[in-house]
Amino acid sequence: MKICRAEYKTIAKFIEQLRPTRQCMKILKDRFPNHSQSTLLSIFSLEYQKRMKRTLVKHQDVVEDYFQRYRSEAKKRPSDPVLLELANEVDLSPSLLARLLVERFLEEQQGSVSSKQVLNSMLKEPSLIPDMQLAKHVEQCTINDCCYGPLVDCIKHAIGQEHEEILREKLRERNLSFLDENHLRAKGYDKTPDIILEVPIAVEGHIVHWIESKASFGDEQSHRTYLNEQFWSYWNRFGPGLVIYWYGFISELDCQRDRGILLKDCFPTDIVTLCHGSSHC
Amino acid sequence: MSFRMAALLESLLQREVELNRALDWLRGRHECEENGQDLQVRKQEFVPFLLNFLRDQSSNSLTHGPATPAKTPSTSRPLRAQGTSSERRGNRSSTGQGSRSTSRIQLFSPAANTSQPGDNPNELDNTLNSSHGSHGLTGISQFSSPSFSSGWSPAPRYTPSERRSAQRHCLADFMTSPPETQPSPTAQQHRGRRRMGPFGASAASRQTGARSGQMEEGCRWDGAGRKGRVAVKMNEPVSPPTQVELNFNNLDDFPPVGAAHVSPIPAKPSRRINPTPVSTERPNSKPKSCFTSTPLSQPCSSSPSIPETFGPGPSAASPLCLQEERELLKKERSKLAQQTSSPAKPIPGVCTPTRPVRPGSKVTPDPQAPGPDPAKVTHAPELNLLAEIYCTCISENLVPCVFLEVFFVLQLLTTRSVAPSDTMEQDPPVPGGKTDALERDYLGNVHNCVYFAVQVLENQFTLLSHLDRCTLRLLAENERVGVFSPGLRDLLVQAQDSCTSKVIPDLHTFIHSVPFQPATDNRTNFSSDKAFHIFKKQRDIFYELLREWEDYHKEPGWEFEAALGNRVRAMVSQLTAAGNHCHFARLFQKQLVQMCKGPRVLGSPGDAPDADLLGMLGADSLGRLKRLQERLIQPQALSGPCPPPSFPGNQEFFRDFLQTASCCQLNQHLKDGLCQQLLQLNEVSILGPEATSDEGEEGVDGDMEQQDEKQRYSSVLVVAQVLAKFLGFISFLPYQTSEAPSREIQEAAVTLRSKSAPVLDVCAVLRSCIHRKRTVLTIPWLVEFLSMLDYTGPFLPSYRDAFGLLLQFYRRMRLGKVGGQFYLNQMLLVATLGWLFQIPVFPDDLFFSMDLKDELKELENHTSNQGLDNLPLVDEQLLYTCCPYLGEFRKLLAAFVSGSASKTGGLIRKITPTSAEPRGPPTTRSQQKIHLDLEQAFFHNQPPSLRRTVEFVAERIGSNCVKHIKATLVSELVRGGEKTLRDGLGSDCVNAAKLNDSICAQLCDAGMQALEKATRFCSENAPRAVRVLLPEETSQTVLTTAESITTRLATEKACSWLSSNITTLIKREWKSSFERVIKTLPSPTSKESLNTEEANRSLQPPKSSSGQETGSFCPPDCNNEAPLASDVIVEIKEVLSIAVGPRTEEEVFTVQQIFSLLDKVEQTLKSRKFMSPVAEQMLLRCTVLLASKLVSGELPVVSSTETNRRALPDLRPLLEEFVLIWTRTPSAPLTLLLSELTLTTMLHTNDVQRCNYLLLIKLLIEKGLLKEDEVGSRWMKLSELSWPVESVEKFKKLSLASPSTVPSVKHTDILQVSP
Repeated sequence: MKICRAEYKTIAKFIEQLRPTRQCMKILKDRFPNHSQSTLLSIFSLEYQKRMKRTLVKHQDVVEDYFQRYRSEAKKRPSDPVLLELANEVDLSPSLLARLLVERFLEEQQGSVSSKQVLNSMLKEPSLIPDMQLAKHVEQCTINDCCYGPLVDCIKHAIGQEHEEILREKLRERNLSFLDENHLRAKGYDKTPDIILEVPIAVEGHIVHWIESKASFGDEQSHRTYLNEQFWSYWNRFGPGLVIYWYGFISELDCQRDRGILLKDCFPTDIVTLCHGSSHC
Repeated sequence: MSFRMAALLESLLQREVELNRALDWLRGRHECEENGQDLQVRKQEFVPFLLNFLRDQSSNSLTHGPATPAKTPSTSRPLRAQGTSSERRGNRSSTGQGSRSTSRIQLFSPAANTSQPGDNPNELDNTLNSSHGSHGLTGISQFSSPSFSSGWSPAPRYTPSERRSAQRHCLADFMTSPPETQPSPTAQQHRGRRRMGPFGASAASRQTGARSGQMEEGCRWDGAGRKGRVAVKMNEPVSPPTQVELNFNNLDDFPPVGAAHVSPIPAKPSRRINPTPVSTERPNSKPKSCFTSTPLSQPCSSSPSIPETFGPGPSAASPLCLQEERELLKKERSKLAQQTSSPAKPIPGVCTPTRPVRPGSKVTPDPQAPGPDPAKVTHAPELNLLAEIYCTCISENLVPCVFLEVFFVLQLLTTRSVAPSDTMEQDPPVPGGKTDALERDYLGNVHNCVYFAVQVLENQFTLLSHLDRCTLRLLAENERVGVFSPGLRDLLVQAQDSCTSKVIPDLHTFIHSVPFQPATDNRTNFSSDKAFHIFKKQRDIFYELLREWEDYHKEPGWEFEAALGNRVRAMVSQLTAAGNHCHFARLFQKQLVQMCKGPRVLGSPGDAPDADLLGMLGADSLGRLKRLQERLIQPQALSGPCPPPSFPGNQEFFRDFLQTASCCQLNQHLKDGLCQQLLQLNEVSILGPEATSDEGEEGVDGDMEQQDEKQRYSSVLVVAQVLAKFLGFISFLPYQTSEAPSREIQEAAVTLRSKSAPVLDVCAVLRSCIHRKRTVLTIPWLVEFLSMLDYTGPFLPSYRDAFGLLLQFYRRMRLGKVGGQFYLNQMLLVATLGWLFQIPVFPDDLFFSMDLKDELKELENHTSNQGLDNLPLVDEQLLYTCCPYLGEFRKLLAAFVSGSASKTGGLIRKITPTSAEPRGPPTTRSQQKIHLDLEQAFFHNQPPSLRRTVEFVAERIGSNCVKHIKATLVSELVRGGEKTLRDGLGSDCVNAAKLNDSICAQLCDAGMQALEKATRFCSENAPRAVRVLLPEETSQTVLTTAESITTRLATEKACSWLSSNITTLIKREWKSSFERVIKTLPSPTSKESLNTEEANRSLQPPKSSSGQETGSFCPPDCNNEAPLASDVIVEIKEVLSIAVGPRTEEEVFTVQQIFSLLDKVEQTLKSRKFMSPVAEQMLLRCTVLLASKLVSGELPVVSSTETNRRALPDLRPLLEEFVLIWTRTPSAPLTLLLSELTLTTMLHTNDVQRCNYLLLIKLLIEKGLLKEDEVGSRWMKLSELSWPVESVEKFKKLSLASPSTVPSVKHTDILQVSP
């Protein structure tokens, strides 16, 4: 789904006031009924992450304060979702807050800073947290958070994988032979798009050598990053190609077609292949 | 010696010497012994004299276009030489060291062999001076600064015309630089110095000398004296700058000459161009005129006397635009200076004829002035004579650059009417005696100029006829040509029609990157992981820079160094750290070839589209042409036929990159790579037609193969030229200086540098190519290489020898003596060499001074028959690609066309086409184009061998196909025809000729099936051939694609040839067959069994081939309708988040909902197509979590929404479902159910929930998914925990505490819920 820049801005503006909870997602869906849920979630995620990146430092400075507040609240009403409430109150991702507090907690308990690995595993498996009450609250946070946390990470990963597979499936349906990342790595390529077509195709009149699948919405910032870190690198090695943002993108970003980077929000239909016999294609 | 030259020319003009003798002499038949004067005149001296004489003569008339000063020693001071040999030495030293800087004005630099010790110039001077009754100036000249005044240039008498001519040289030089370019003060000085330098100075001093005895000249003597002092310095080679500054900017030293009132001798006003002061230093002093200045070179703003409107371009009217343009040009110039390292060289000229040179000035084209009129031509006999001598010089390649002369002649042809000259048909008598033959104003008016030009053009028609169609048309349509020589016009019209050039559209519009090839680019090719990864980044950075350059480099104010410099250097320094230079050099070189091999980039950008557009418009639309021309001609467009070497188009990026990177390691690697590839290309074999005597047979498909070879040649040549230019650029980069070094420094450098081996043994390459007749390939790229030389380079023995060889070669390469087929080959060589001899790097005096041993003869004697030079390889397109400057003729003529439109009124507005080039390709490309693009793209990421194989096979199959058709179809047809003929001739009343015609026509019709046959042949044979040649491991798709591309290429090749040649072929075959039959007519034997059946069969159209079989489509396998893991996880997450809260009262689930969720999980887990292990694990984990939330009662579940919410549903079926899932996918993290967190939760629940929990555990133990002892040990831990005792007790009570008896079936609580 292509969204023009102006509309994207409207959505982003609206998202500013939302928290990453299922209730907020519902509000968002109601506000923009014309956009698919996954697109909205993806946009929400992008915008929310930007917000978090912007403000995380600020929160890190006051972890101690959060910790103490959590403690006293948890004492007062142990069965309430106090950590989640705190997260929403200070506008920090519940998972991130949980992580900060677990870190703080461990520091207090063990007198030393815990490794990332330990933290990650505790977030993923709250029962590993020595404090059962905290564990419960952490679990509540990570399960409720729809932008951060092990569950979300896994979902994102799964979505990415699935769309790559969907892409391969579509290519197979079309009898388009390709090499995927694994082939390419085996051959020693230094940068590997999801798909390299063995025989290039033309999509809407543009030559396509490679296809990259992005199971997210293509906003300005992430597209720029992708261009610099991936798409141009692919172009530099394999020539022009196609990027599919399955959850849509800002339509204005599709401006490099003539230079060899084409954007689509679905598998293209207008494909010309290099079949000489009339029967093949 | 110039005076001898003068004498010779004079005596020719006065018919004292027979013209034929002189011509013979020029052609090298014999030496010219002049009557009585005993002048052993050398051609090398006469030719430059003549050239300069002509330039002088036309100086007034030529007010437009870039100057065309030939790089001749300036024998131009037409008349008597003066000075001593010491003077000459002095001069030489100045010109020698500063050769570059002075070349354009100091046309006269002493040739080594011209200063013969035996000369006694003084004596001669005296003789001549007295004989012509001119002022004896010898003494004076000796008196004044002997070290300074040049033995070659000074004229003893300074009649105004001479002064004019002296000035003219400067003028010419300045004309090459766009007047609007307002150089910075320093640049201005430099320029002035360079251009005018010694020459201007000496001219001035001479002039002052000439005026001796006149009162107002007194002060100038001062000047001369001062110059004399300076001249002392001049003997030290560094002097030119000082000298110039002194001479130039000082109006006292250089009094305004044009001002008639200053001179006691009445100047011929008509011949003067009001000069402009060189500098702004003294804007108010004698603003009117300054000797050293020229109106074209100097900014008009510096001279108050010049109206604002003065300016070369249309923009002159707007000071603002002018200013902007100046800024731009300034930048352009500094760029140019950097790239050519010859800042002294004139910037491409700007003027077009339409530009009013100066309002009110004598040279202003007068709109009312009548056109040139043959009736008004004066001195026709002399002009004829001059033209003839001149043409001989051109034809004999005695001039340094043939095309420069052509350009000059065209300038004469298109010269603007100069109003005053109409009134001034006769020269005013020269005071003091008979009219000097050389003093007459032969080319002083437009009639004479045009007359002379047309004479020369007529003579050089063969050369002209090989120019492009557009030039020919413009020439044919030139009204002056029509008026002066209708015959020439007709010839031109004819030549146009025979012109075969066609513009092949550039199919490849998008830039390709260099493909990543595992064979050379993967990890194994690097010394370490680190190096590999660094190179990964470097490749990306390189392209990032390239893209940025592409985007911005045309924007005003953008500078490579400022914008990209640091990034380039950072990247390059990383190269050094990682030792990746060879990899990067390879990438760089490949990308260079990728981006610079197209013909489009070779021409200066912006030129070609105009020209082509003009070319497309016919004579019929002259009006449109004019209008278009008015729009399209840029003021800067005309750069003259010998622009300094440049890096047009994309080359600029690579040059700037190397300059900025300034990395010796990279350069070394590049040199190695470039050299290797160049020499490889140089050896590329290009086949000639097979040398069989059977001319009719082989000639035919020989043609076709020739076409391929021609294409191969031109692509090789174009690439080689780019590589050679860059090889030269890198090799001489360390030696480049902005100024020519002094003679001493240069000599030292020569001594030093001649010790080490040059990067390329130019002489050896040259000799070998001459020997093997491959000059047409080698010399054009060698010229590119040599054009990059630094100032000292040409004096190194190896390069000097190479220049010598090239000169010899050029002299022998007379175009008049070439067969038609190879004319363009020679033309290419003559044009490139001529260009080389004119560009800055070529030492000025070399052309006329080199002592040429005739080494060539020997080389050529041993020549083998095989070689490229005798193949018709060069076509017009290639000629213009390699020599874009030939397009200048067209521009000059087109400018004249638009200029003549202005006769009716005022300035022509020229619009600089800023967006002349279409931005990006059109949005919709034709399918065919896409197809071709796809083919190109297909090869891009395949190993290069694939492409080579495909192309090779296609070529061979195509060629074989033609042979096949000939052997089968054609011979069958002809045999059938023979039979028909014999049959027909058998009956009596038959006209053999008619029969012949009708059979021939029949056969030709039948011949059209050749295309079908060819198609079939190719599609049968090409795939097989390719398949055999490609490696086993090639994947099926790639193979199929390669096969079909080969088929298409082969078919196309064969069919295109056949469709245009089959008729000719059949006719030819038939003709010989017919003749044979007719010869044997007396015995018309019907016995001859002709295989009519066969012939008939072949006449039938073949069944249309059905093409390849339909490939079987594999239906998409099975149903992949299962929900995606991500979706299911999202759903479970939703449920879980309700379970962990916070939630509202309404948020409850029915058992059914959970069931259906579990169903989805099951499906997803079953269809593993889209499942990644991570997702699978998470999915299972979520189910475990869900189960635990379910039994703990955290998840609000009701049996159904209708029933009472209070009624607890029976969870057993659900739990069994869970267990089923985990049984099928056994890696669920079930221990989660035994985790502290779960247990803690369970401790806080009620008995029902605990029972559910135990039921679940029991089921799991039953299925073997959990082990009893594991459960037991987990539970044992409970007691170790610091939980409230009563809770633990409660739980223990439930679970029977004993690990060994865990099977809790015995427990009553559990039994309650069990069935």
